[in-house]
Amino acid sequence: MAEATGRLTAAPIPVPVRIARRAWRLRRLPLIPIFVLIIFVISGLGANWIAPHNPERGDIRARNVPPAWMEGGSTKYLLGSDHLGRDVLSRVIFGARISLAVVVVTLALGGIVGVSAGLVAGFYGGWRDEVIMRIVDIKLAIPTILLALVLILALGQSFLIIVVILAIAVWPRFARNIRGEVLQLKTMDYVALAKVAGASTPRILIMHILPGVVNTLIILATLEVGIVILLESTLSFLGAGVPPPTPAWGSMVADGRDRLAVAWWISTMPGLAIMAVVLSMNLFGDWLRDKLDPRLRQLE
Amino acid sequence: MQRYLVKRILMALVTLFAVSLIIFILSRASGDPRHIYLDDYSTQEDWDQLTITLGLDKPYYQQYGIFIKDALSGDFGQSIKEGRPSMEIILERIPATLQLGLAAFIFSVILGVPLGILSAVKRGSALDIIGKVVALIGQSAPVFWLGLMLMFFFAVKLEWVPPFGKQEVTSIILPAIALGWFYAAANMRLLRSAMLNVLDSEFVRLARAKGVSNNAVIWKHSLRNALIPVLTFAGVTLGGLVTGSVVVETVFAWPGLGRLAIEALLGNDYPLMQAVIIAFTLMYVLAALFVDIMYAYIDPRIRYA
Repeated sequence: MAEATGRLTAAPIPVPVRIARRAWRLRRLPLIPIFVLIIFVISGLGANWIAPHNPERGDIRARNVPPAWMEGGSTKYLLGSDHLGRDVLSRVIFGARISLAVVVVTLALGGIVGVSAGLVAGFYGGWRDEVIMRIVDIKLAIPTILLALVLILALGQSFLIIVVILAIAVWPRFARNIRGEVLQLKTMDYVALAKVAGASTPRILIMHILPGVVNTLIILATLEVGIVILLESTLSFLGAGVPPPTPAWGSMVADGRDRLAVAWWISTMPGLAIMAVVLSMNLFGDWLRDKLDPRLRQLE
Repeated sequence: MQRYLVKRILMALVTLFAVSLIIFILSRASGDPRHIYLDDYSTQEDWDQLTITLGLDKPYYQQYGIFIKDALSGDFGQSIKEGRPSMEIILERIPATLQLGLAAFIFSVILGVPLGILSAVKRGSALDIIGKVVALIGQSAPVFWLGLMLMFFFAVKLEWVPPFGKQEVTSIILPAIALGWFYAAANMRLLRSAMLNVLDSEFVRLARAKGVSNNAVIWKHSLRNALIPVLTFAGVTLGGLVTGSVVVETVFAWPGLGRLAIEALLGNDYPLMQAVIIAFTLMYVLAALFVDIMYAYIDPRIRYA
């Protein structure tokens, strides 16, 4: 009872505050993640202009310099320097470029293959569906990192091979989810009408079904970005990523591994960068999913 | 039920077969295996001899047949570096990987399940926020980096546990946490959303209306139902732990299969690498099969689907 009267007598919240709160709750635009992602993209695209130092050339006289805010640090190396006297900040900025490039190309490749496979499997059904879905099952049963390591051992280490391997890792999830969507879409009246009107099957697939799965596709792609960045950095940490001396975040963490006691920042900074980008992308993806299509909550 | 079992086992066999085929093709695509054993100082006779020993004079399909036949009898060839059967080396390394996997699994359940229940029951509380932070870190921090950070704080700075190796009992703590964190986060999130769903369902409301105590509603009525998705995920976890061990064992110099894979990779020891991959895939497929079968027993809808 006391609680009820307490509620009644509480000071009313001013209307503007209530509106602002309500707007915030409804829109909930993830500002911080978007900010982090913008920085990530700018760093990736403009690394040449932004980075204060050359990421691959070190200064032997300035090895293991701590970050600027620590004792012995200098503003010349804001995030410190590594064991070869290279600027950690510049390397983190250039690392964004590799991650960005890998993400874009991988998702383009894996997305195209996965969407095509999903469209065909879902629309035609029958043996095509059976074959494609079995391949997906098999792919999902093989541990990704191991498959990637053998492929790299057999085919060599280059940007193209890494990207193809990562695309192989991501396409099954596209195929499976898009197939599910297509199964629903193809029973729609407008698809039947298109058929009656004499549209060819490729035309129906591209003009009528594909636009229907675009939302799913966007959501899947955003959720997949974090996975790709983590996979790529894991490969480069294990020494199987884009070959050195190109700075990649994973290999930078590996560089600092044996120097944790002397210079913890060499490993810590690139790791923080990976975490910030992946976290932001996931939060942004969640928001986008809720916004575009709340039905897809199960996609996580 | 029997049909489902047969289908599932066939699928597992097909997967193993596909993996063996991929590995075989890659081993042939990666170049002449004779170069691994011989160098410029070898005579033509050595080359011819090796060609026959390795069976390279036979057509590819026969070579693959021999590969499968040997594999079925547990013979994966000799490791180039160590000069003894790959199978022997793998059997030595398996216990360490299983121990680590089990420890990580236990950690993920001990941390994830209570946190998941409590954050659903006490929504918006401090515990819920702690749970969110655990989940966010688990889903976005790369495992290798998380491992290094744990090592830096608890082994280098605080010196509570050894930084790497497997000499002491406490050595397993850090690698298990690093490996299990992601799954703890996933368990937590799954359980939280499942609990929230169940707590909102008709039968729980009925139980409350009947006057069942709050504790009984949470622990008896809700938790049992909410655990189903967590059980399903346990299967995925088992498989994922196998792969994760590659990374974590490398970070913590843990003498298991995962580290063996990297050693074989860096040493260009292809026969050993092949054997490790097959061993890993076998573990992965068996774990998935086991969980699927268990799941079909628990949930009859799956059997008839």
